[in-house]
Amino acid sequence: MFELLGIPPQVLFGQLLLGLINGSFYAVLSLGLAVIFGLLNIINFTHGAQYMLGAFGAWMLLNYLGVGYWWAVFIVPPIVGVTGIVLERVMIRRLYHLDHLYGLLLTFGLALIIVGFFRQFFGVSGLPYPPPPLLTGGYNLGFMYLPNSRAWVIVASLIVCLATWFIIEKTRLGAYLRAATENPTMVGAFGINVPLLVTLTYGFGVALAGFAGVLAAPIYAVNPNMGADLIIVVFAVVVIGGMGSILGSILTGFGLGLIEGLTRVFYPEGSAVVIFVIMALVLLVKPAGLFGRSV
Amino acid sequence: MLRFPKIRALSKPISGPAMSEVELASRPAAGPSARPLLRVDGLQGWYGESHVLHGVSFEVGEGEVVTLLGRNGAGKTTTLKAVMGILSRRSGSVTYDGRETIKLPSRLIAQMGIAYCPEERAIFSSLSVEENLMLPPQVRPGGLTVEQIFELFPNLKERLSSQGTKLSGGEQQMLAIGRILRTGAKLLLLDEPTEGLAPVIVQQIGRTIARLKDEGFTIVLVEQNFHFAALVADRHYVVEQGRVIDTIPNRELDANIDKLHAYLGV
Repeated sequence: MFELLGIPPQVLFGQLLLGLINGSFYAVLSLGLAVIFGLLNIINFTHGAQYMLGAFGAWMLLNYLGVGYWWAVFIVPPIVGVTGIVLERVMIRRLYHLDHLYGLLLTFGLALIIVGFFRQFFGVSGLPYPPPPLLTGGYNLGFMYLPNSRAWVIVASLIVCLATWFIIEKTRLGAYLRAATENPTMVGAFGINVPLLVTLTYGFGVALAGFAGVLAAPIYAVNPNMGADLIIVVFAVVVIGGMGSILGSILTGFGLGLIEGLTRVFYPEGSAVVIFVIMALVLLVKPAGLFGRSV
Repeated sequence: MLRFPKIRALSKPISGPAMSEVELASRPAAGPSARPLLRVDGLQGWYGESHVLHGVSFEVGEGEVVTLLGRNGAGKTTTLKAVMGILSRRSGSVTYDGRETIKLPSRLIAQMGIAYCPEERAIFSSLSVEENLMLPPQVRPGGLTVEQIFELFPNLKERLSSQGTKLSGGEQQMLAIGRILRTGAKLLLLDEPTEGLAPVIVQQIGRTIARLKDEGFTIVLVEQNFHFAALVADRHYVVEQGRVIDTIPNRELDANIDKLHAYLGV
């Protein structure tokens, strides 16, 4: 087998795969944030907690009700989405007429409360979630070993990202959403129920976070802090991609995951900060983000 | 509220008749006896803290075209917004087809059959021309078909896949009017549809409004260009300082021309 700059291919591809997995989570999470920010103008700091809720949802289904992973993939995201809808109806809705900052404070506070609650009951040591039989094992691709669980995460997030993109860019509902993002008053004056659209959009964005959480359960330990660690990076991804850009957040999510993986191979010390360095550089050159429309 | 005077390309009469005399004569003159479809009574309106409408009252019969004339900042646009329910606060009475709407949100007012074409046209830049055209949902049966809209505005048909805001000003205006004709709304609120457009486009808009009247639409038109208004309207309401201060039937326009000039400060 060949070697690249003295790096064995197994290491290189292994890290690239890891990068792609991280990228999948970045993409699904930043997509949810982008959808929410686009219509609601709220920076949803609860997103990390809602991702954690997804993982705990899967864990609870399995441990309390004996419901397995494949059911959880379909059941948990809508449930997490409904908790989002309740939050939107009861609290977030009251802040739309105020500055961005209030939405940020509320959602940040909610995240602290939710995470604190789970920490109280489940501790911080992490709970194991056994992968379902179908996801154990893997394939030897010749140049690397591809575990099934990893392949599934990448495929599932790609499907969800593309489906979301399709709904928003190519359907009538998506046209309502895009139009309401630009001019909600006018869309309301056409007879469209904008408040309902806003609620459903928030629920959908939150469901995406929940979906990412379910995907994460068998890969990472189910831990109340799992979202807080990830969400900081995801916000950097959103800033790089451009707030509110759908395709931008998908591409940037996967792209930055790969870049992070490559950095881990060639300069491991830099892998923790590379995304933030890129963020700083992008902000210097394009303050609206790579795919953002400058206002 | 302070509004800066706008620069108007078309404050002078349109050169040449926008519609032939025959066309004008053939249009039925709906009298004030027509059943009132829209009745605005003592309408008050606010933008945030500033009180803009101080008791606007007027009526529009079914199938009529009426204009709201007045200077900049008189409250014409605000009146349309208040009727549509998109002001932050309004009071008084607005009845449509006999039903009171003053407490309803704009979405339900739209669903009763009122459609609004704003002065800034509000074409969505993230939507294609086709998506813009198809955006407003049908609220009632009996709207124009897409084919009929293309018949009125052939330009739109060729630009369906363009981005909405890539259209020329005239085409954007056609799109803004066209998209509300599909919905089945019977009352159209058109805010300065001729603003900033070339004379040939103004004529096309004028012909379109006459056509829509023939089709049975009821239209409230806000205009600064009363030479244009005179060609299409049955009646003119003069708005000043948030009130309707005079009513001039179109056939008495010539007799009242000096008075109107004084109102408009022309």
